[in-house]
Amino acid sequence: MSIRERFSGNEAVSIAIKQINPDVMAAFPITPSTEIPQYVSSYVANGEIDTEFVAVESEHSSMSACIGAQAAGARSMTATSSCGLALMWEMLYVAASLRLPITMPVVNRALSGPININNDHSDSMGARDTGWIQMYAENAQEAYDNMIQSVRIGEHKDVLLPVMTCQDGFITSHAVENINILETEKVKAFVGEYKAEKYLLNPEENISMGPYDISAYYMEHKYQQAVSMENAKRVIAEVASEFETLSGRKYDFIEEYKMDDADFAIVIIGSSAGTAKDAVDELRNEGIKAGLVKIRIFRPFPAEEIVKALKNVKVVGIMDKAEGYSNNGGPLGAEVKAALYGNVTGVKAVNFVYGLGGRDVKIESIKTVFEQLLEVDKTGKVPAHYQYLGLRK
Amino acid sequence: MAYNFKEQMSKPERLSGGHRLCAGCGAGIAVRGVLRALKPEDKAVICSATGCLEVSTCLYPYSAWNDSFIHNAFENAGATISGSEAAYRSLKKQGKVNEDYKFIAFGGDGGTYDIGFQSLSGAMERGHDMTYVCYDNGAYMNTGIQRSSGTPMYADTTTSTVGKNSPGKMQQGKNLTEIIAAHNVAYVAQTTFMSNFKDLQMKAEKALYTPGASFLNIMAPCPRGWRYETEDIMEVCKMAVETCTWPMYEVENGKWTLNHMPKNKRPVEDYLKLQGRFKHLFKKGNEHLINDIQVGVDKNWQALLKKCEVA
Ligand SMILES: Cc1ncc(C[n+]2csc(CCOP(=O)(O)OP(=O)(O)O)c2C)c(N)n1
Ligand code: SF4
Ligand SMILES: [Mg+2]
Repeated sequence: MSIRERFSGNEAVSIAIKQINPDVMAAFPITPSTEIPQYVSSYVANGEIDTEFVAVESEHSSMSACIGAQAAGARSMTATSSCGLALMWEMLYVAASLRLPITMPVVNRALSGPININNDHSDSMGARDTGWIQMYAENAQEAYDNMIQSVRIGEHKDVLLPVMTCQDGFITSHAVENINILETEKVKAFVGEYKAEKYLLNPEENISMGPYDISAYYMEHKYQQAVSMENAKRVIAEVASEFETLSGRKYDFIEEYKMDDADFAIVIIGSSAGTAKDAVDELRNEGIKAGLVKIRIFRPFPAEEIVKALKNVKVVGIMDKAEGYSNNGGPLGAEVKAALYGNVTGVKAVNFVYGLGGRDVKIESIKTVFEQLLEVDKTGKVPAHYQYLGLRK
Repeated sequence: MAYNFKEQMSKPERLSGGHRLCAGCGAGIAVRGVLRALKPEDKAVICSATGCLEVSTCLYPYSAWNDSFIHNAFENAGATISGSEAAYRSLKKQGKVNEDYKFIAFGGDGGTYDIGFQSLSGAMERGHDMTYVCYDNGAYMNTGIQRSSGTPMYADTTTSTVGKNSPGKMQQGKNLTEIIAAHNVAYVAQTTFMSNFKDLQMKAEKALYTPGASFLNIMAPCPRGWRYETEDIMEVCKMAVETCTWPMYEVENGKWTLNHMPKNKRPVEDYLKLQGRFKHLFKKGNEHLINDIQVGVDKNWQALLKKCEVA
């Protein structure tokens, strides 16, 4: 029997780590993910797990140590947020290109400067092109479930890529919810033993990893990495289906909410989807055919699924909790529009930047988004630029 | 165990020839010297920081390393090998690995004194069972001879350029060996290539087989960057030691030992004049610059003698 208990997002993810019992965890504190290494340290101290916990002197070293550990043949994890993820930037690419399935909870927080500890997605969005698989959770339950699935996805022989499982700082990481925890034995059986094919501590075969790669080979290696990201789509679906059998909880690349007959939709990531669903319900009561698409998997990008979900809407609002400074909208806006281009006709799109540095997102604020979408439909005029939501004037 | 030069030199190489280091490069000599100290039956995981050593010994699809090897980046050899060592502890206690492994990181002076300093300090403080070896060639050679914090005073490099208004690098080299000794790790030593390589061999052996974190700083000359004739490397090393520019010492569990006392301490000129990077010091009117170097060397030497309790 699974256990229903009250946990915060950080606790939920830490429990998943405890149940997986990784070989190595190297981590460094940063708000709001600090609790995760704290929990893991206490599990080790209390003999609940036998993970080698490496209390490194920086996030740069936590990712570097995870690379050294996973390359050596150990299942390795870390956790971070914001500046910590930014400090890892160079190493994120190395982890992915060495094809090391490290898993990392990211508790999303704004990037400096100015320094701000509250939630937005600028940290993980900045890491979107590093070659990591990215999963996003709406709530603590999803954070827990994604963490367990991430190990299977990354370690699959057709994938072999690192995975970050993101949840919103404070909103999800610190709020306590009732969630279902699986039995540890079932989690262990689900993730299985880690058995690397090529690893440094294989006594049968000495290998070299991380060579200098010349132009005659580099591009092929990058292509292989891209193929693995493509394979990840198949594997993510397979793992989700197995996980559904185990838990009864169904996961897809995106979640469609009231999209069957929607004229107006928003595309959104993370905890704000919960608030936005309430807004959609209220609008439906008012007779407006509103709907919502929540992105669960951002890398690999679910372009086909998004096109399928949006092909019949009149106007879509794409919600970015990160600035891209491209002067052309946020990262989600750019990618959703690129996915729609040439695949749908007549769908108008407006991109919104919202919730930066923890700016509150209320049902009312989401409703103002839909108001603007209706206005676009009425006038036929799409605002040329992207919009800031809830900006103080 | 008695040291037999011939025996040592006929051991199978753990770093194969055919790599692309320049002829006479000190980095390769340092690595081979350290790896000779491994017991043949012991396995090793070796990490190299980015630098001349790494780009010359591991070019896809080739590798000169006969042991398992990983290159991660420039600034993180310490953290990387500490991760591999943590993995080993985990897999060993689970019974998934039974063989004995040693964990060795190599970094140049840039990767060790400068950009990789934090990562090294962290790994040393945590006390992983590992050996970090700095092959110190006194500049960023791989990117074209830029100064590092280990570059000696008044050396000409491409970012401490000698010119009308500049006598070369303005600062003394940072004393990294002493800084690591201050981490109170199990074993710290400084060495270079001397006569029959016994000193290097003994220190590498101690570093590798003393449980816990250990650090070796090996002066490893670079003929290109230092501008001396390749075949003069042993003379250059000898003069570094005889002038007390690069003293040979070790720190074992807090005890400092001087391993070589020059019979006649030579003036620093005898070391400087062998190298093109110091050529400008010998121009008329620059005598005071040489004196500055001498004063710095003497001060460090006196302090070291005190620590080693040599009267
Ligand atoms: C983060 C980062 N900054 C800069 C570089 C460029 N770079 C590569 S090797 C190197 C210098 C290496 O110097 P050192 O560690 O002394 O080794 P050497 O080449 O002298 O053997 C530099 C600056 C890099 N690879 N990574
Ligand atoms: S430039 Fe110097 S350090 Fe680099 S390979 Fe050549 S001799 Fe060695
Ligand atoms: Mg150097």
